[in-house]
Amino acid sequence: MINYFKYIGKYFIMLKEVFKRPQKGSIFRESIFKEIEDLGINSIGIVAFISFFVGGVVVIQTALNLDNPITPKYLIGYASRESLILEFSPTLISIILAGKVGSYITSSIGTMRVTEQIDALEVMGINSLNYLVLPKIIANVFFYPFVIIISIWLGIFGGWVAGNLTGLVSSADYIMGIRSEFEPFHLVYSMIKTSVFAFVIATIPAYQGFYVKGGAIEVGKASTRAVVWTSIVIIVLNYFLTQMLLGK
Amino acid sequence: MIEVRNLNKEFDGVQVLKGIDATFENGKTSLVIGTSGSGKTVFLKCLLGLIQPEKGDIIYDGQIYNEMSNNEKRDLKKDIGMVFQGSALFDSSTVEENVMFPLKMFTNQPYEEKLERVNFVLDRVNLQNANKKFPAELSGGMQKRVAIARAIVMNPKYLFCDEPNSGLDPKTSTVIDNLIQEITKEYNITTIINSHDMNSVMEIGEKIILLKHGVKEWEGTNDEVFKTDNESLVDFVYSSNLFKKVREAQLRQDNSGS
Repeated sequence: MINYFKYIGKYFIMLKEVFKRPQKGSIFRESIFKEIEDLGINSIGIVAFISFFVGGVVVIQTALNLDNPITPKYLIGYASRESLILEFSPTLISIILAGKVGSYITSSIGTMRVTEQIDALEVMGINSLNYLVLPKIIANVFFYPFVIIISIWLGIFGGWVAGNLTGLVSSADYIMGIRSEFEPFHLVYSMIKTSVFAFVIATIPAYQGFYVKGGAIEVGKASTRAVVWTSIVIIVLNYFLTQMLLGK
Repeated sequence: MIEVRNLNKEFDGVQVLKGIDATFENGKTSLVIGTSGSGKTVFLKCLLGLIQPEKGDIIYDGQIYNEMSNNEKRDLKKDIGMVFQGSALFDSSTVEENVMFPLKMFTNQPYEEKLERVNFVLDRVNLQNANKKFPAELSGGMQKRVAIARAIVMNPKYLFCDEPNSGLDPKTSTVIDNLIQEITKEYNITTIINSHDMNSVMEIGEKIILLKHGVKEWEGTNDEVFKTDNESLVDFVYSSNLFKKVREAQLRQDNSGS
């Protein structure tokens, strides 16, 4: 148990180093754009694919569970929209990104550690944590909300396609459902969650990679640990954020 | 000049460096030798500030490292060049980007000036037409040359090399050794090399320090290596059959001469 407190303490000490003023603005900006491409733009494909099909599955399952003739069909669209905005896109996609992006961050930083590239930065007088991790945090926190908006949109679109192809819900009913009783705060809640999860996806894997010791096998183990812990922290934070932001 | 006074370092209760004193002069190539696990790399990392020693002082041209402010330490590091054992090149950057990195980070020179300097140092290490190659596309010797070019691109006052010949064939090792020595003389750099390569000791070791189990066992020049009676150094040097034969031949020659 005492070890967990040690890790948490070390994580916050790492964050203190990360959030120092970057040594050179032009290099920092360059790094942010590179990270946006590596961590954000390169994730859009998988996010789009998963969101489209899961949107379809959500509509089919909701339609099959709302088979009472009294229940209006537009509720299928409404329920699908709400589940995509509130939970599926911000949380499930974040867990998928914890796997894809988290393992990438840990293995790239971990490899730099075991091949002494981080030592090379330190010897030059560069704050390696700030140089390597801060651009990743900024890229994640500011770009992931866009990824999640794409996910929500494609999920809803996938639902519409599935509803039409299966004949479970008409286009008119579905569109009416997704437009009815829209609560803008739910979108705000979704974006807040996304930004918090994006921070976690950047920092926990960076921590695991930065402090890795050994060689290739240890980097692999650190990547696995990073994905596991990032997913756990996302699930726990999801509960507390929901309680704080939506709980009465 | 770098002075080391009573340097001590331990890991988990195991004393790795035990009260080391040493002086490294400008314009000289000093070698720290010893078997694997003797504390050479820890010693070098302490000098570089990558590891904090428990006790002792490291003095860079009269300034005690531990008493420097963070800004002073950062300024000092601009005067330090380091060649790592595995080269430690940034593998997602080209040769040109690797060598230009310190210039981009610490100077405001226009791109053309930086490129000119990069080409100059790459030329100095005899590496032409490799600017756009990635480290994975280079041989071990070429990677070491890129690492040396990156280390000297900022005109450092101090150059550290951690086993620069490891993994290289004898011919390439000699080329790298000579290159380091030439650069040391040319720019009057204080150069410290960690090595267990006896060829380097004989070729470029103007000052040699032997570490054994974290203790400084012996200090002298490469001329003195063959004449010493220090048991640890004799053990270390003549663990190689080649050097054993060289010593026997030399002893025979001395005996016949006297």
